[in-house]
Amino acid sequence: MRRDTLDRPGPGEVLSPADAPDAYLLLEDGTAFKGSAFGARRATTGEVVFNTGMVGYPESFTDPSYRGQILALTYPLIGNYGVPADFAGELSTFYESGRIHLEGLVVSEYSHYHHHWTAARGLSDLLVEQGVPGIEGVDTRALTKHLRARGPMAGRISDAPGGAAIVLPKRHVVSEVSVNSVKAYGDGAKTVAVVDCGCKNTIIRSLLNRKTRVLRVPWDFDAATLEADGFLFSNGPGDPLDCGPTIETAKKALATGKPAFGICLGNQILALASGGRTYKLKFGHRGQNQPCLLEGTQRCFITSQNHGYAVDTAALPEGWEPWFTNLNDGTNEGLRHRAKPHMSVQFHPEAMPGPVDTGHLFDEFVSLL
Amino acid sequence: MTLHPLPKKVLVLGSGALKIGEAGEFDYSGSQAIKALKEEGVATVLVNPNIATIQTSEGFADRVYFLPVTPSYVGQVIERERPDGILLSFGGQTALNCGVALSRSGVLERAGIRVLGTPVSAIEDTEDRDRFTARLREIGVLTPRGKAASSVEEAKAAAAEIGYPIMIRIAYALGGLGSGLCVDEEQLVSRVTAALSHASLAMGGPVPEGGPFSSPGGGLTMGGQVLVEEFLLGWKEVEYEVVRDRVDNCITVCNMENFDPLGIHTGESIVVAPSQTLTNEEYHRLREIAIRVVRHLGIVGECNVQYALDPRSGDYRVIEVNARLSRSSALASKATGYPLASVAAKLALGKTLLEVDNAVTRATKACFEPALDYLVVKIPRWDLKKFRRVTKTIDSGMKSVGEIMAIGRTFEEALQKGLRMLDIGADGLAGGADISFEDLSEEIRRPTDERVFAVYQGLRDGMSISRVNELSHIDPWFLAKIANIAVIEKELGGQAGAPCGERETDRASEGLASHGQEPSEKLLRRAKRMGFSDRQVAGAAGMTVGAVTALRSRLGIRPCVKQIDTLAAEYPAKTNYLYLTYSGTEDDVQPEPRPPVLVLGSGAYRIGSSVEFDWCCVNTVRTLRRLGMSVVLVNCNPETVSTDFDECDRLYFEELTLETVLEIHDREKPLGAILSVGGQAANNLALRLSKAGVRILGTTAESIDMAEDRHKFSQLLDRLGVAQPPWRELSTVEEASSFAAKAGYPVLVRPSYVLSGAAMAVAMTDEELRRFLDKAARVSPEHPVVLSKFILGAKEVEFDGVARRGEILAHVISEHVENAGVHSGDATMVVPPQRTYLETMRQVQGIAARVAKALSIHGPFNIQFLAKDNEVSVIECNLRASRSFPFVSKVCGTNLIELAAKVMLDWPVPPPRQEPFHLDYVGVKAPQFSFTRLKGADPTLSVEMASTGEVACLGSDFEEAFLKALTAVGFKFPLKKVLLSTGPQESKVDFLPAARRLCEMGVALLGTPGTAAFLKAQGLDIQSVDWPLAGGPNAADTHISRGGVDLVVNIPKDYRTEELTNGYRIRRASADFGVPLVTNIQQAKRIVESVSRKGAKDLAIKSWQEYVRT
Repeated sequence: MRRDTLDRPGPGEVLSPADAPDAYLLLEDGTAFKGSAFGARRATTGEVVFNTGMVGYPESFTDPSYRGQILALTYPLIGNYGVPADFAGELSTFYESGRIHLEGLVVSEYSHYHHHWTAARGLSDLLVEQGVPGIEGVDTRALTKHLRARGPMAGRISDAPGGAAIVLPKRHVVSEVSVNSVKAYGDGAKTVAVVDCGCKNTIIRSLLNRKTRVLRVPWDFDAATLEADGFLFSNGPGDPLDCGPTIETAKKALATGKPAFGICLGNQILALASGGRTYKLKFGHRGQNQPCLLEGTQRCFITSQNHGYAVDTAALPEGWEPWFTNLNDGTNEGLRHRAKPHMSVQFHPEAMPGPVDTGHLFDEFVSLL
Repeated sequence: MTLHPLPKKVLVLGSGALKIGEAGEFDYSGSQAIKALKEEGVATVLVNPNIATIQTSEGFADRVYFLPVTPSYVGQVIERERPDGILLSFGGQTALNCGVALSRSGVLERAGIRVLGTPVSAIEDTEDRDRFTARLREIGVLTPRGKAASSVEEAKAAAAEIGYPIMIRIAYALGGLGSGLCVDEEQLVSRVTAALSHASLAMGGPVPEGGPFSSPGGGLTMGGQVLVEEFLLGWKEVEYEVVRDRVDNCITVCNMENFDPLGIHTGESIVVAPSQTLTNEEYHRLREIAIRVVRHLGIVGECNVQYALDPRSGDYRVIEVNARLSRSSALASKATGYPLASVAAKLALGKTLLEVDNAVTRATKACFEPALDYLVVKIPRWDLKKFRRVTKTIDSGMKSVGEIMAIGRTFEEALQKGLRMLDIGADGLAGGADISFEDLSEEIRRPTDERVFAVYQGLRDGMSISRVNELSHIDPWFLAKIANIAVIEKELGGQAGAPCGERETDRASEGLASHGQEPSEKLLRRAKRMGFSDRQVAGAAGMTVGAVTALRSRLGIRPCVKQIDTLAAEYPAKTNYLYLTYSGTEDDVQPEPRPPVLVLGSGAYRIGSSVEFDWCCVNTVRTLRRLGMSVVLVNCNPETVSTDFDECDRLYFEELTLETVLEIHDREKPLGAILSVGGQAANNLALRLSKAGVRILGTTAESIDMAEDRHKFSQLLDRLGVAQPPWRELSTVEEASSFAAKAGYPVLVRPSYVLSGAAMAVAMTDEELRRFLDKAARVSPEHPVVLSKFILGAKEVEFDGVARRGEILAHVISEHVENAGVHSGDATMVVPPQRTYLETMRQVQGIAARVAKALSIHGPFNIQFLAKDNEVSVIECNLRASRSFPFVSKVCGTNLIELAAKVMLDWPVPPPRQEPFHLDYVGVKAPQFSFTRLKGADPTLSVEMASTGEVACLGSDFEEAFLKALTAVGFKFPLKKVLLSTGPQESKVDFLPAARRLCEMGVALLGTPGTAAFLKAQGLDIQSVDWPLAGGPNAADTHISRGGVDLVVNIPKDYRTEELTNGYRIRRASADFGVPLVTNIQQAKRIVESVSRKGAKDLAIKSWQEYVRT
């Protein structure tokens, strides 16, 4: 048991400090939520989205797909088990990248006391270090219902209820989170080129665990020129249409006829590269309980998801068919080429956070190499 | 796509009487299963002797058999009904064991019956520890290191190999019966000896009080087996509820974390859902294992997987798999809004998860995992104070008799709400129950029913979180949350920001604690978010409750109504499943334009108030809805049908406290509130709700108060010229003593507002009286204590009725088998009365009419009478539905609650019936005791209610119904060997003819020295055994422990509480070794009469519908 955590004179510090400054979440439509500040004390803006997962905040917060977003968690108690130690380590076990990508965090209650054998410090400390502000005491259910009805919108966390109109700066979020240069991992016989649009650590680890060599390349790198046995187009933030170079790479990669696998943003990239269409969902899928039907079967998988865009099944590219479909709202959850070893999923087979029920898809992909 | 062909008629097995470890949750699961089968057009036949359940009501199963759930009875029902499918997993361990026995003996196969859902082989994999371990090892899943043992020697060897401390578990047992921790060989030997005796008994039916019943299918029994396991000290206990369909879709609906560490039965633990202290890696690792296990075992339907999780390394063990609906699955259903039992029933019919709708959203499918945006806390309700000598420690066996579930958006909120819901006098943790502990550290270390209060006091008084964790192994996160409550309590008391610990005393001595100070808005909001009630705030801040409520109202601090929608608001949901929280700024729902009727449920099940009141609630709600009314129901008990959200128009899963009911009332603006169908808890609110402006539907609050207040009620009886046992309200011990001397002993001592005889006792002597007064006065200081003359040798008669504006519309009279002195909840009840004089009946009816008129009774009521030599007096009057309402309603085929509901809403009803019911059959209700689980408790009948449940059976005469009912609570017939210890001389004489008859029937008799000598002198053949204190192989308790004794008759010498160690030892041995025990002379005589007149072939297999129709 970690004495240092336990012996903190708990009670006095356990509650959100009585003198915690007020903080406000202001939405672009003028709706305001009052709460208390935690984490970094600064104002921030971003697209406000919600996630319904009940565990896995260290994994979520470091998922590059959240780049540019203010995240509201619907589960009301956050921070209970602190954050683990190996932050920023290359491919660290408990984090999905080397930094927190959220612009801000909105919770109902932040647990100022944490305890877990893996915990190195509290979540708030990490937020402070990463310069990410948090607000607690918000009716996150009311916020979620608001976003559900009106769609995601820009918001600002600050110490004032009003202020200037919220304008989100135009950013190219994928370029912010992708690697700058080619990186190699592992020494397997087969090589997978991972096009990094904001790739989660666990995707790389899932490939390495299956004895492959991974070449992780920047989002705008022409991966088709690499000596690779297959291609993986990773998850990532933002609108897939902003990823022109990646789509071009995907076209070339698909043309090689080698196995290709897309995850999340990668699903949309492969669809666009093949001539399909994407669109923005009203409020996206962010959670760990999304049921996805394997087309042509009665089998359904519970999946982890984090996306705001989807592939339009009404305009599927030539040769492709739906692979998975969301049981709740019928949106596309994956595509498969009828003849070629090309496939992609909208959900996260690597999980982290979330259920690991679809991890076998990596086996399928690797077996094609 | 469903099974081909779909079964036409399905047999559903219930769980029988409510008992510790198997309670209301199986009424919930069975009712949902029957509803689900009906939806699919499948006919249902139900075997369940629990007459108070909803599942045995009209409109559920097509045929209901009030018969014991034993292989022999169920086998006969099968022959008669010829079903083509059977559901085993909805009636707890009782149904499961019975079904496994029927399958093993080939009955099911011969009758061409398919076991729907999880196959029997998978059930056996989960129940046989060796097979279980082996099956899980096949897929690399870890179980505790351990070995099965079928003898004490084997157990000793296994323990030596594993190393002490070790854990003993028992195969095929419910609620952890017989299991426990052993720190050394001595403990091991004693526990294994007892456990092995249960293991051989546990198979096939109602275990605890009964014991063996006729072996299923002719001689088949489950071998006695215990498991000796490594003890995982301080590990967390975590559960997953898993659902799998026949095409292998598999999901986990909910996970739950026990607040208490491993070693305390999950039924005894405070449980939180979802888990709070698990990381993503742990949560999903255990989830994946659960799914792997369930797939490997081939479960189809619902299953519960229990884990131990090492808080220091994340290492795990699978402790147990329950291949059936369970207490936990009922909790998970209510916690998430996912109707597990209903879904499981549909999956058993062969549907896939994709084909079943999500009942909450009605837009999505059952194939998903609920996301919660709140948390729930379940807290067990114990009633240990009701039992003499019982041990207070809680462990791996169950002792609790009920539970509540609280919903909140902070842990503190849910926990404090939950403690109030228990209705044990605690307002929460802060300023909670007035409990003082002698040795706080010891209380925290050694878990009892009051540990959470000890933990609070420890943290409040400066014990560090690490110290409390060291003592209790409760996760520090939970402890920190409890410490938060202490911080708020101190801040409210004026000690601004005072941290716990040594510094606090300094501050207090500096005089910083200024009382009577109004808290700031910020502080009050924080306190409400932490679950403080207005009373708690008032107590801590030195204000009145009214002032706090007024302040709250001035500042606009109100709770929000939130929906439980299974997906954290991600999609719009039309759900009516609601709770209140102070962590919110927006209501999810607005009041309906059409004012509803507010109905209050019964809260936690407890001794004296359980499923019978849920039946009353559900029937009221159903009646009102049939009349086109909209109904808002408030209840907080997860093991009920009334808290199924499809039973009412709006369900508030909430506290039944004045503050909360008023909040709901303010919001919903109902026409009025019905308080008379939720037992005493709801009834107790009548006067205060009425004063707060709530319109009470039914009898007025003033009349209720008049009936509840003994003083007022007595004056009323005097005015009406109705006799009552002499009584006096006492203010001092001396007055009491002189009254008792004048009236003559024995006297009955009790406080005014009582339920099921809390703190009631009979005093035989002055000395005893003085002792009891101490106890009673401590229990209820606000209400005066009264003494009344205790009339010996009187009959007890009950009158259940419905009146309209003082005129009785319908009634049923029932008689007790036992003489007065046995609590009515523990008595054997007979309808229609068989041995009550017509003159007595006439007087009872006359008095009831006068009382009804005088109190202007408008709704359900119950009056208890004493009758001796045609002199009738009134003991008690309840202006609410009573425990016996479902019993008398179902026996007579007239639903008194339906009538009462119509009356309370001033709906037209049929004219009063002049004739009392003429029935050509008899209904007998018998109590179910759970003494086997209550280690050390003295199993006697007294004025304190001790039974945990009941059954009722029908027969062409008393004997037939009585024997069926006894069998349903575990008695074994035919009797081959009976041990007699018939107490005082007069009862020895009284029992003589019965003993003679037993002899004539060839029953082997054993007798304790006095009894044996007496009966030998009368020429009876009886073997004398020694008193327990004499010890040795011929001691009475040794005979009992050896097995072979079918019945023990032990009549205590008198009503003294700390009676005779020898008698206690005999009774305790009977409970510990599962041998049926009778301690009442009237009951013993009637048993002998009955068995001498009726054999097994005389007990008809006939459905309720057939009896009532005739």
